[in-house]
Amino acid sequence: MTDFLAGRLQMAVSLGFHIIFASIGMTMPFFMFAAESIWLRTNNKMYLQLAKAWSKGVAIFFAVGAVSGTVLSFEFGMLWPSFMKHAGPIFGLPFSWEGTAFFLEAIALGLFLYGWKKLNKWVHLFTGLVVGLAGVLSGIFVISANAWMNAPAGFDWIDGQPVNIDPVKAMFNRAWFSESHHMIIAAFSATGFAVAGIHALLYKRSRMKIHLAALIIAMAFGAVAAIVQPLSGDNAAKNVAKLQPAKLAALESHFKTGKGVPLIIGGIPKVDQDTVVHAIRIPKLLSFLAYKDFNAEVIGLEDFPRDEWPPVVISHFSFQFMVLIGFLMAAIGILFFLIRWKWKGILEKKWWLTLLFILTPLGFIAIELGWTVTEVGRQPWIIYGILKTQDSLTPMPGLWYTFSTVSTIYLILSFIVIWLLSRQIKALQNENVNNGLS
Amino acid sequence: MAYLNIAILGISLLLYVLLGGADFGGGILELVTGRKKMDIITKSIAPIWEANHIWLILVVVILFVGFSPVYSTIMLTLHIPVLLVLIGIIFRGAAFSFRTYDIDYKKPVTLYSTIFKASSIFTPFFLGVALGAIMLGDITTETSDGFYAVFLHPWLNFFCFSMGLFIVNLFAFLASSYVMGESKEKSDMRLFRVISKVFLIILVLNGGLVFAASEIDGLHLVRLFLKSPISMVAMGAATICIPFMWKSLQMMATIRIRIIAVIQTFLIITGWFAIQFPVFIRMKDEEDITLYNAQAPYQVQLHLFIALAVGVFIIFPAFGYLFKTFKFSKEKENAVE
Repeated sequence: MTDFLAGRLQMAVSLGFHIIFASIGMTMPFFMFAAESIWLRTNNKMYLQLAKAWSKGVAIFFAVGAVSGTVLSFEFGMLWPSFMKHAGPIFGLPFSWEGTAFFLEAIALGLFLYGWKKLNKWVHLFTGLVVGLAGVLSGIFVISANAWMNAPAGFDWIDGQPVNIDPVKAMFNRAWFSESHHMIIAAFSATGFAVAGIHALLYKRSRMKIHLAALIIAMAFGAVAAIVQPLSGDNAAKNVAKLQPAKLAALESHFKTGKGVPLIIGGIPKVDQDTVVHAIRIPKLLSFLAYKDFNAEVIGLEDFPRDEWPPVVISHFSFQFMVLIGFLMAAIGILFFLIRWKWKGILEKKWWLTLLFILTPLGFIAIELGWTVTEVGRQPWIIYGILKTQDSLTPMPGLWYTFSTVSTIYLILSFIVIWLLSRQIKALQNENVNNGLS
Repeated sequence: MAYLNIAILGISLLLYVLLGGADFGGGILELVTGRKKMDIITKSIAPIWEANHIWLILVVVILFVGFSPVYSTIMLTLHIPVLLVLIGIIFRGAAFSFRTYDIDYKKPVTLYSTIFKASSIFTPFFLGVALGAIMLGDITTETSDGFYAVFLHPWLNFFCFSMGLFIVNLFAFLASSYVMGESKEKSDMRLFRVISKVFLIILVLNGGLVFAASEIDGLHLVRLFLKSPISMVAMGAATICIPFMWKSLQMMATIRIRIIAVIQTFLIITGWFAIQFPVFIRMKDEEDITLYNAQAPYQVQLHLFIALAVGVFIIFPAFGYLFKTFKFSKEKENAVE
């Protein structure tokens, strides 16, 4: 294994780990906020208990997310020092804003977790809302920094040095909006489905009302987000077509430049033959989706030098599966609302609960795939069109060891988190049995 | 503008040492006092600990936005100690939060506690080592010099290790002087008084060790101090504080102890800043990385400052509120429960 590959894998593992915790950490506070609001309105103790239980989950995810985020702020430089040397002053601004948002989130979470007995109940509810809003803001700032790597702006690149730096322009680059809404919505739908899935299983087993209530709140968030997501994805993809045609071509495995290009669904890319086999082709649809014109020209991979192609197979599969999952989740989202409003009996049916449980990890798989699409699809560039990833790697040898160490730690952490959550859930069960709430 | 950002960097560093340091110190104390006293320690850390890493993140962000060569050089050449710090941070943060938020809080799983205590020493030690390395001046980016010269030699030495120990001691002392005021019972206070005194003595000796090590490894700290009036005054004042500290410990004047501890830390950091200024990183055969040759253009500094200033306006009142709520306020009647 080369150091380059080890470095990239370490980055992938660290970010892939962080993205899950960050996604939950920024969306789940809204769930606990919703539960506490219902409690304040209805005075039903069950919702208070739910808000408390969820807040403990949020605390665990937030803490692990904060730690893995801290680690990332170091890893950028440890693995890609020359990238950070040039890019730090340009794209660093959102990180300084993110610091503030993160801090606010931490303070609000501290108040929420430990303030049950010390704060006025409305103030307490408000701190929960602040946790969520600050989390979403953090997410937007971080995504805006990533968007800059895809759509660099706010500087001139002269003789391998950035000049005329404008950090504000860099922050509000042309990809920040489409990337952020897509990510935030993804976080809501993934977390909503995951939380609903776990409570579906618990409800199926125990038939305790609290789990049904939890399922409905989580799924309401998840379903709305999942239904909106295809629109958001369409907007994001149009932006990719405009800003990174090579990435779009790789995602679609679209090799030959042409007008009125078909949309390729599925299939296996044969990179050395410049074609995709076993794919479904819908005539002219890619042209339309990318440029709102059935006869628009879409640039294919052939127009880019071979060494500037992103890894086609990985990009293609990640993209196709992400889209598939997206549509599936949107369909389930619609089904959920139908069940909630029309076919109420189904909500407690075994098959529906089992289905929701099976879907638990789905949204997060889609998030990881989407992240792969963004990052692998940008290769070989670390700053699109400016600096290659390979040229910014640290000269430190033996990165393979670092990679294995870091990956092992993250793996252990993941297991501990899962184990802890299962203990929390068990505790919730027992408490309910004792209070006769079941 | 760059000066303003450096000032904020200094303040963040001070706060990291005072608050984050007390956090780490809490873990070290636990090693000394055992599980019996854990409750006091956990209680005094728990409500605010989440916020403390932010000071380190702030330092890192200011460096890579405003002074990116400093950041990239540290991360490149001190890859190994920084990695060790990171591993420590991951383990410690995870272990502490798991222990705190796990359901059976009274009987913490021993594994979490062991990891927590070990990483509470490990992490500040390598932080100190890295700090020592940027002072010492053996850092080079000439990768042709070989692995040892670039990635090991700059920090694998007596001076850097003495710095590591010093930071560990400082954190432990800060925590013990802080926890003392949190203890409710007289016997606990006496216990922490003894511990504080011991750490104070070790800290002073450790300070001497740092100076001695600097002579051996060719940094000549004494000479550097003599050159800078500010650092001489700071160090002198810090020394004068020691007997006052001792007396306050004797009297168990908890508030005064904390004030003196904060002043001493401030003086130590000021003294260090003064001997270092304007150099960020002393290099071996290359030009030192300084405030002048590493700063990003004005436009960047300006926006960095605006972001930080707005942050301060939002954060400080919020932080104050957090402190007020948990350290001073009584339980409310119209609260949730």
